[in-house]
Amino acid sequence: MVAVRGSITGRGPDWGRIGLHVGCLAVLLVMLYPLAWLAATSFKPADEVISSLRLLPSRIELGNYATALEGVGGVSVLRLIGNSLIISVGAVLGNVLSCSLAAYAFARLRFTLRGPLFALMLATIMLPQHAVLIPQYIVFNQLGMVNTFWPLVLPKFLATDAFFVFLTVQFMRGIPKELDEAATLDGCGPFRTFFRIILPLSRPALITTAIFTFIWTWNDFFLQLIYLFEPEKFTITLALRSFVDTSSQSAYGPMFAMSVIALLPIVLFFMAFQRFLVQGMASSGVKG
Amino acid sequence: MAQVAYNKAARVFGGTPPVRAVDGLDLTVDDGEFLVLVGPSGSGKSTALRMLAGLEEIDEGGVQIGDVDVTTMPPKSRDIAMVFQSYALYPHMTVAENMGFALKLRRIHKQEVRRRVEEAAELLDLTSYLDRKPKALSGGQRQRVAMGRAIVREPSVFLMDEPLSNLDAKLRVETRANIASLQRRLGTTTIYVTHDQVEAMTMGHRVAVLADGVLQQCETPRELYERPANAFVAGFIGSPAMNLRTVPLTPEGAELDEVSIPVPRAVTSGRSDDSEITIGIRPESLHLVSSEEGSLPLQVELVEELGADCLIHGRTLTSTNRDPLIIRGDGRTPPTPGETVNVAVRDLEEIHLFDAGSGERLAS
Ligand SMILES: Nc1ncnc2c1ncn2[C@@H]1O[C@H](COP(=O)(O)OP(=O)(O)OP(=O)(O)O)[C@@H](O)[C@H]1O
Ligand SMILES: [Mg+2]
Repeated sequence: MVAVRGSITGRGPDWGRIGLHVGCLAVLLVMLYPLAWLAATSFKPADEVISSLRLLPSRIELGNYATALEGVGGVSVLRLIGNSLIISVGAVLGNVLSCSLAAYAFARLRFTLRGPLFALMLATIMLPQHAVLIPQYIVFNQLGMVNTFWPLVLPKFLATDAFFVFLTVQFMRGIPKELDEAATLDGCGPFRTFFRIILPLSRPALITTAIFTFIWTWNDFFLQLIYLFEPEKFTITLALRSFVDTSSQSAYGPMFAMSVIALLPIVLFFMAFQRFLVQGMASSGVKG
Repeated sequence: MAQVAYNKAARVFGGTPPVRAVDGLDLTVDDGEFLVLVGPSGSGKSTALRMLAGLEEIDEGGVQIGDVDVTTMPPKSRDIAMVFQSYALYPHMTVAENMGFALKLRRIHKQEVRRRVEEAAELLDLTSYLDRKPKALSGGQRQRVAMGRAIVREPSVFLMDEPLSNLDAKLRVETRANIASLQRRLGTTTIYVTHDQVEAMTMGHRVAVLADGVLQQCETPRELYERPANAFVAGFIGSPAMNLRTVPLTPEGAELDEVSIPVPRAVTSGRSDDSEITIGIRPESLHLVSSEEGSLPLQVELVEELGADCLIHGRTLTSTNRDPLIIRGDGRTPPTPGETVNVAVRDLEEIHLFDAGSGERLAS
């Protein structure tokens, strides 16, 4: 492309651009290498995993996948993925609904202490997760919710992810106020204005929230480790760890196979939605 | 259909000092009337309109629609429809959905909604766009959709806040005529805000002039033009603006540079010899004369040729005034800049006199 353009304009190849592209590609290769290694290793026979430095396996060993699909501790991979899905989808639903509602209140409704409350909410972004971990655990323990999915999903329905509330507030502030006023004159109260006008128009912000919530929840390990201990309730990330624990060294191959399996849904999810993500970033100003 | 009344209505925005955006507004709009609110930017036109719509609180006084005091009523019970300057069309709904939204919320039967939307679309020439989203429409089409959204509701009052300001000049003239004729056909009481005085003069049955939140005058366009109630209205209505000069008053009359302009006895009586008076002369009330007798010699600075007319900007040789005098002359024989011409008042009846202090119209 660059060369073609160069010859048309008669300026010769644009070395700066070529250099930039080569540089970007090099960085990309460095970043992708671990992933490629992971994928390649999942096909290596057991003895090659640690000993060989080569990227490509000497022969394709599909047995790794067969072992991985059997799952861990008698719980099948499907079940593990299912558990991860339940938690992730629950978290996505919770965050999208609760964060947008909270954001609407902060962006549009007038109530006493709105300013201080907004600042307080923003302050919670800076609160380290680990600081609230123990009190939260005690609360869930007393509610009898430990070793269920509730501690991982319920908080999302209470708009606790201040970052997404903030993101959505910023987005909603960009929606012209006249639309709310027109809706008010058309006969909408605050709730109808939210569901009929603001929510559909906030789609880009909602999709961003959904994508990141899904990825972060799917990849989460720490909270799941703390709240889930029965193997039937394990998520795919927890299973990966127990794979290392319960098996001998020779199970490294299957572990990498399992890693690939764990990555697949999230890669698919990302590919399905990244179009909207870009769209969301591009269209943060509502026009027309 | 309904009469609308503001009763000493005021809106005060907090702050230091508080802004009285609309102050003691007393105004009655008759049933079926097309009333235009004009005024310079920041004079409180939009605020006055929004007070009636219920989008802005009313801090003092009240508003009435028909026989009902709606001062504290929520917007949706007021039976009004508003056209916004930005149109405020819902971007995620089609034209038909936009227009039918209010009816749908009122749980009116689907077929009835469809019928009314189609009827309005027919009226506004939007039939072929009903399934489009606002994004895929031109500015003029969007404006018509905004009108349509108001029409389908069949409200008792239309409120329009500068609905034409986003259109280009040609379309604006066209749409201006369309809105006026539509309003005549529907007979719905309408309050129309604009800062364009040509719109005000051509569309309104009556025109209300606001300045700094205070109503200056509410009259028919002709009356407003011929008998402005004060110097502000005189200067605001008419394009180009009226020539306004504050000059000394002598027993001979008002001293406009070297010329005395006779002033009625009723005006001079009771004023001391060294008092001042504001005289207003429209550009078309002045004309070029050949004789120097009783006329004002004027150095031409600029000539704007408008085709049939030309606007002559000039200054008297002794003038200390910063603003030039503007004269509407014959477009076929325009003077050249730098030339000195003689100017006289066509008819003394056409001179407006205002109190130099308060700006109020004097006598006649
Ligand atoms: N929410 C507000 N808070 C404080 N002051 C306000 C608010 N809204 C309007 N004002 C003030 O009230 C006055 C009138 O504003 P308004 O919007 O009614 O003017 P307008 O006549 O419609 O002007 P324009 O022709 O520019 O639209 C202005 O001085 C404005 O600064
Ligand atoms: Mg305005």
